[in-house]
Amino acid sequence: MSYRYDIRLSGSGGQGLILMGIILAEAIGLHDGKYVAQTQSYGPEARGGSSKAEVVVSDEEIDYPKAMKLDLLVAMNQKSCDDYSMDLKSEGVLIVDSTFVTQIPLQGAYRIPFTRMAREKFKRDMVANIIALGAISKVTSIVSPKAIESAVLARVPKGTEKLNRDALRMGMRAGQKAKQLMASSAVSLIENEDT
Amino acid sequence: MAEVTKLIHEYLRHDKKFPHVWCPGCGIGIMLGALIRAIDRTGFSKDEIVMISGIGCTGRLPVYVDFNTLHTTHGRALTFATGVKLAKPSLKVIVIMGDGDAVAIGGNHFIHAARRNIDVTAIILNNSVYGMTGGQFSPTTPYGMKTTTTMYSNVEQAFKISELAITAGAAFVARGTVYHTRGLDSLFERAFMKKGFSVVEVISHCHTQYGRLNRMGTAVEMMEWQRDHAVTVEKAAQMNEEELRDKFKVGVLADRELPVFEDEYGKIRAMSKGTPAK
Amino acid sequence: MKRKDQEKLLQGNEAIVEGALRAGCRFFAGYPITPATEISEILSTRLPKVDGTFIQMEDEIASMGAVIGASLAGAKSMTATSGPGFSLMQENLGFACIAEVPCVVVNVMRGGPSTGLPTSPSQSDVMQARWGTHGDHPMIVLCPSTIRECYDLTIRAFNLSEKYRNPVILLVDEVIAHMREKITLDGSRPIDIFNRVKPTVPPEWYIPYEDTPTGIPAMADFGEGYRYHVTGLTHDIRGFPTSKPEEIDLFIRRLFRKISQNFADMQIGEFYQTEDAEITVIAYGCVARSAKRAVIDARERGIRAGLLKLNTLWPFMRTQVEKVLHTSDCVIVPEMNMGQVSREVKRVNKGAAKVFTINKVDGTIITPQEIMGKIREVC
Repeated sequence: MSYRYDIRLSGSGGQGLILMGIILAEAIGLHDGKYVAQTQSYGPEARGGSSKAEVVVSDEEIDYPKAMKLDLLVAMNQKSCDDYSMDLKSEGVLIVDSTFVTQIPLQGAYRIPFTRMAREKFKRDMVANIIALGAISKVTSIVSPKAIESAVLARVPKGTEKLNRDALRMGMRAGQKAKQLMASSAVSLIENEDT
Repeated sequence: MAEVTKLIHEYLRHDKKFPHVWCPGCGIGIMLGALIRAIDRTGFSKDEIVMISGIGCTGRLPVYVDFNTLHTTHGRALTFATGVKLAKPSLKVIVIMGDGDAVAIGGNHFIHAARRNIDVTAIILNNSVYGMTGGQFSPTTPYGMKTTTTMYSNVEQAFKISELAITAGAAFVARGTVYHTRGLDSLFERAFMKKGFSVVEVISHCHTQYGRLNRMGTAVEMMEWQRDHAVTVEKAAQMNEEELRDKFKVGVLADRELPVFEDEYGKIRAMSKGTPAK
Repeated sequence: MKRKDQEKLLQGNEAIVEGALRAGCRFFAGYPITPATEISEILSTRLPKVDGTFIQMEDEIASMGAVIGASLAGAKSMTATSGPGFSLMQENLGFACIAEVPCVVVNVMRGGPSTGLPTSPSQSDVMQARWGTHGDHPMIVLCPSTIRECYDLTIRAFNLSEKYRNPVILLVDEVIAHMREKITLDGSRPIDIFNRVKPTVPPEWYIPYEDTPTGIPAMADFGEGYRYHVTGLTHDIRGFPTSKPEEIDLFIRRLFRKISQNFADMQIGEFYQTEDAEITVIAYGCVARSAKRAVIDARERGIRAGLLKLNTLWPFMRTQVEKVLHTSDCVIVPEMNMGQVSREVKRVNKGAAKVFTINKVDGTIITPQEIMGKIREVC
């Protein structure tokens, strides 16, 4: 029996969600060798407005390319968390950027302040998406850390490899820690990153 | 063989049945003669020349001449010419348009071809009216004139085609008339030899439609009007504004060296391959 | 040179570019428009590398004119646009039909009419692709539903346009144009590339619009010594305007004949579990993917469902559609429009099966659940 794993990455325009979707799909599809279909929807504005990217993973050719019931939802702002958390399967995983998402409808969400981490450690918000990718590779088993690192490095602009690798690894550590916390309590809340 | 017979035999299509579609006395035939003499003098081979037209009386011109000929849609001749020239830059592309064709429906294409400065010659026969469709006003119909769609009076201002071409960035702009036939020969010749977008505006007449409605007389009388109102660029320089009020300038109005699109695109090709541009 | 097989994650629009370059496209003229812009952007960097030409024109009318001009001068040419631009291209698309100039037009459909829904998917240009330009004319319209098909059908579009001397439209929906999937660009897999047939006779014997048995005259490029006349006026076999009824009739009928006697060569589709199907879904583009999921789900529930996926929208795949109309009790045509392909299905049905439609026009894709709902309703 074939399997299907549906991912939605959501937030607002300018948070790099579509690039995040592409990198995740490349990691899973090209480096981990599974079938992937990556789609997106966006408004007319390049910044602000809602934005989402979806990745469907399977071990066989994918028919319907949009996410249905979600195995993984990453919400980078409050609105996307509000709008999409009910699309999660009962065993689905919710990861939120706790910089912006304060009201969480579900128990058992992974709360990691991606944007705050990016801002404090790297002085730029724009690597929050890369930090989140690192966390995904540790919180879930849908993508291997090795694959995600290769995919990130293949996509980012020349000269930014170190920055992005550092951001990704920071995300991996945060994801790892969140997972351990989750194992010990129902709520995982990372306040700051210092491992 | 007489010179003219030789030219007719060489450049007109033998398998195209004459007579042509133009009215007796029309200026397009005179322009066609000048075109052929100029082409013959510049030495371009018939295989090298692509003659492209739009719609209207001028649109029918290419069918009679033995070149690669392309009779396109109304106003779009320059867009087709752009494709032909860029796909095969070795070809000499000459576009024939009327005033409605070039500056009404094709006005946008005209200013952009000039702005790009693509290596194409645009020849615009300006007879101030839509002739083929029955004498409606065009963007070059002067204020106050009568046409079949301005039977009371034309209340719009006319475009000055050559001045528009200069402002839009054409490398070479000239104006002539079908009365000054020999002058037209040399303006065409210079336009063909110029690298970049070259424009020759040919002032002509439509006695059948425009002349009849405005009581301007026969073709001959309308050509005499051209003679009496055309002033050479040199002579115009000596005249004041009042003296020039009802006159128009003929001769070379602009001749300048500007970057040509194909040359510039050659640099893009070099850059894309990582080799330094020449 | 042997090309290396290369697995890539490509967007539909990117795969179209790869297909075009593989097919030999060397000229692109276009005007920016969502959701087709990626095709222009990528070709603007790729074409100069292969000594091709990219030009951004002042509008879509000009783009189509330039594409035809370049093709007449010998370059395989294309443009890409969306609804509003496609409307502007209709004028010169008609010219390409009457003058029989090969070219490829990609229309990434958005919701309409007018400016409509620039960033949302739709399938509402099916009829425009067929009948958008005035006058009787044949048209070839292909429609991909996977990234692989974006690549393959773009190559096919160039081949068909070169072979039949007719414009070919690649009708893509926004979902497929912007979706990314894995694709192996087949450098090593042999791909047929068709180039227009050129005259072999001496120039003085060349009849540019000759009525040959195939209906497809040989085509000389400008500048090769075959000086001939190309016009948007109805013309005789020499290319000169004509108003003789017998010459007009011969010409228009030849335009249709060159396509109609070769339907099999241009009609591409896929039957999925239709042999024993009581209910068959006929779908195309992104909706064909939803339909496949619905058919699989229906089969799991014991409903005998099947799918006919259309990759060629025009000429309409009548034979294939009639086949499922005769073997199924019910046919469902889900479309992201008010019923354009379903109109054709109903036209050829003649009472053979019950035809149902799903028409979604809210700018979102038809889901497998919605098709499944209809399957349950009709079975």
